[in-house]
Amino acid sequence: MKPDGGILLTLAGYFALMSLFAIGGANGAIPGMHRLVVETKEWMTDRQFADMFALAQVTPGPNVIIVTLVGYHVAGIAGALVTTLAMCGPACAFALFVGRLWDRFRSARWRVAIQAGLVPISIGLTAASALIVARAASTSWVSVVLTLVAAAVSFRLTINPLWIFAVAALLGLVGLA
Amino acid sequence: MSQSLSDATPSSASPPTIIELFIAFSIISLSGFGGVLYWSRRMLVEQRKWMTAAEFNDAYALCQILPGPTIVNLSVVFGRSIRGLPGAAVALAGLIGPGLVIVIFLAFLYSIFGTIDALQRMLTGVAAAAAGLIISMTGKMAEPLFEDNNWLVYGVVLAVFVATGLLRWPVWWVLLVLIPLSIVIAWRAQR
Repeated sequence: MKPDGGILLTLAGYFALMSLFAIGGANGAIPGMHRLVVETKEWMTDRQFADMFALAQVTPGPNVIIVTLVGYHVAGIAGALVTTLAMCGPACAFALFVGRLWDRFRSARWRVAIQAGLVPISIGLTAASALIVARAASTSWVSVVLTLVAAAVSFRLTINPLWIFAVAALLGLVGLA
Repeated sequence: MSQSLSDATPSSASPPTIIELFIAFSIISLSGFGGVLYWSRRMLVEQRKWMTAAEFNDAYALCQILPGPTIVNLSVVFGRSIRGLPGAAVALAGLIGPGLVIVIFLAFLYSIFGTIDALQRMLTGVAAAAAGLIISMTGKMAEPLFEDNNWLVYGVVLAVFVATGLLRWPVWWVLLVLIPLSIVIAWRAQR
């Protein structure tokens, strides 16, 4: 796909905005990103979104790499670079600025309140991401069972996620997922 | 610059150079499947001893609540505390660069082979498992909340989940309302 300037600008604007609302890590950005690329703009199907989440998980590197995949899908390599930079840029600038202030007010009551207040927000966002991704990934009742088993196994046991992915890929390959 | 990082007793004899920073964050990035937190602690605290465990926890707590990806924030905060802005830039480049190249290659393969049946079936399985991992992560994040047993806090979690997950309202509007509310709740819970 040959990207035009318009779509790159759109991507840059949306992802920059999204990065500032990604509270609690990259997964906090999933609900906003899904809403934009699947529901509002219809750049990809639910199924493709689930595929990209899966690819991002099996790629070494930070989970934020899903934005690179989404950008590539929408506008090729230029799109991939734009979404990645837009997702990191504003957040980095903010981190550099706030990192400086934060320690100065280490024990200030408002600082403690902000820190504590953002925790439930990030949990709510991660829970929403889980729902959205689980829904997009569910193709049959077997895949729903697979999701639940993977959740239980990784919650209970300390296991390298790659093993879970390998077993899941195998189950999928033989047509069980 | 983060005072606690720069003013604390140096954890190692000499601070890392720009190149060492880049290499360290590249390795962190390339070792981390399904997230890189574990690997960043291992590299910065255990192997290179550039930070003490307490310094790491402090920096991590800050980076987690800053908007944007946690590890991305950590790389710039740490890089800057060691080597100023160039340090922040190379740490970030080391973290993002290798994964970016690999994933663009994967995306290219996906655009060609994504419709092949066998690959599609494998991805179906992996996608289902990946969804399971994020459910488990939600559970792990939520566990400490139950110690405080504050119903208002549960309410905030539920409101964010319902509004952005079930109702699919725009995240920014939801958060512009709920973040201040949640901070007020945390403020009042302090006494």
